[in-house]
Amino acid sequence: MNKIFEIPLYPYARHPDQDATHPVRHKVIIIGAGPVGLAAAIDLAQRDVPVVVLDDNDRVSFGSRAICFAKRTLEILDRLGCGEAAVEKGVTWNTGRVFFDEREIYAFDLLPEDGHKRPAFINLQQYYFEQFLFERVQQLVDAGKPIEIRGRNRVEAIGAHPDHVRLEIETPEGSYELHSDWLIACDGAGSPTRRMMGLDFVGRVFEDNFLIADVVMKADFPTERWFWFDPPFNRGQSALLHRQPDNVWRIDLQLGCDIDREAEKRPERVIPRLKEMLGEEVEFELEWVSIYTFQCRRMERFRHGRVIFAGDAAHQVSPFGARGANSGLQDVDNLCWKLAMVLEGQAPERLLDSYDWERVCGADENILNSTRSTDFITPKSDISKVFRNAVLDLAARHEFARPLVNSGRLSVPCVYDEGPLNTEDATGLPARTRPGAPVVDAPLGEGWLLDALGQGFTLLAVDVSIPEDLTLAGFALTTLSVSAEDNPTLRARYLGDAQKAIYLIRPDQHVAARWTDYDAEAVTAALTHAIAKA
Amino acid sequence: MSDLKLTRNLQDPDGFYANLLAMHEGLSKAESDAFNARLILIMANHIGDEQLLARALHLAAESAPEGRHGL
Repeated sequence: MNKIFEIPLYPYARHPDQDATHPVRHKVIIIGAGPVGLAAAIDLAQRDVPVVVLDDNDRVSFGSRAICFAKRTLEILDRLGCGEAAVEKGVTWNTGRVFFDEREIYAFDLLPEDGHKRPAFINLQQYYFEQFLFERVQQLVDAGKPIEIRGRNRVEAIGAHPDHVRLEIETPEGSYELHSDWLIACDGAGSPTRRMMGLDFVGRVFEDNFLIADVVMKADFPTERWFWFDPPFNRGQSALLHRQPDNVWRIDLQLGCDIDREAEKRPERVIPRLKEMLGEEVEFELEWVSIYTFQCRRMERFRHGRVIFAGDAAHQVSPFGARGANSGLQDVDNLCWKLAMVLEGQAPERLLDSYDWERVCGADENILNSTRSTDFITPKSDISKVFRNAVLDLAARHEFARPLVNSGRLSVPCVYDEGPLNTEDATGLPARTRPGAPVVDAPLGEGWLLDALGQGFTLLAVDVSIPEDLTLAGFALTTLSVSAEDNPTLRARYLGDAQKAIYLIRPDQHVAARWTDYDAEAVTAALTHAIAKA
Repeated sequence: MSDLKLTRNLQDPDGFYANLLAMHEGLSKAESDAFNARLILIMANHIGDEQLLARALHLAAESAPEGRHGL
């Protein structure tokens, strides 16, 4: 049986651009058809911005790679038109178990909060995630949207100019040149674009090696996340077991610093390790094995003139907390509406500097969290190991120590506090929906709040009357009038103790401003500020 | 918020000190280190207050005699 990652989805095909006498100029070129590049292409095409994606490969990525997709990512996928496919295929879990040495020290229930359309997160192989995005691209192509993926088009050289970017592209039939108004580099942690432009990428390098194995087994393991500190089958190290769809289990084994990477990857080495972990009698088949090390680092700036970096190309984190692909999707979410407005001439170019500010803020938060998890999981000194083990010993008996156990803090979206596009907050409204925060979902009649938001700016009115057709500062706003009367969830999240509220919501579903009453002038000022016009 | 107490507060200082040492009796260096770590975590949780804890951490660092940091 052919697996999805074995099939070329966008095989090389000669494009008329390759035979043009002068390099053809495009509006936006994206390098990389991974999760971040594909999502950016969809977001832009949905806003009718023509986009060309160049990828040096022609299929989805091999192996499970990113496997935990957080709620915010699923909400972004909903906006991009493929959330349902991901959630249907994905595995949801609520119970986690923590083991130390030979014993289970405690189990926890995530008890996800009610009143959200999407679960806290799902487990899904990255190749499925990419497949669903790719299928959405095809849907958009069929609907006549300006989106195109060119397989086996490898960018060999980049010339960054003040008003455009030049790209030298290598294909199986030779090279050609393209020009573009804007370039989005989504070409991963090893970003050739970053290298070709000679840009920095500084941060902390971790020496530990981790073995990841995707194992197909029919075993009767429950759908839970199991994390081991110092288990008998991997002494002095850690281990993680996670379930994915199709009876594929993801196993992460910490291997330490000085190892022979090639030898450790060989089945004769891997299989005995896994048998020790899973039990001699368990039958399994290895689907994918890889060894990785990681860094926690970011570029100093994500925008370099007309070249913008997103995802792993811009920032890298340790895998603990699933903050890689998830933060990449938030980059896309943040960037695409801004770029579309700049291209349409609706907003000044400096709006894109807010991408830099906001997503650097997100990257720093992710780096901080994933570095802390790493320091707990792989203690770097004798005393840090003493404290780590003290926490685990206490956690086995006392509830108070369990919040100190850090096997990864799961990705949650960054709140852009003090962000350059925010308008000063009103007093008396709930903290979680303050300016800069992502909108918190809530049930709305038969549906959901997030699904009712517009593609552009939305004005949400809770128990206040606002005009139905609203054009402010030259923009037609989506208006959404709702009542918290019989909706305690909406009340708690958007009113608190207040009687009424108005929220100005950005196209990426973050709150730009809010008030306790409607004032057209105030909304106009906030809107103008949120697109960096004033 | 109450400030970190830096005046005498133990009712029976000699008794507490003796108890502390008694707990370490017969422990190896590694076991003693682990005991101390557990004790710090238990006390930290009991205090809870972030500012008090930050003050205590700094006080412990500052109180090392000149030239004997890390001993």
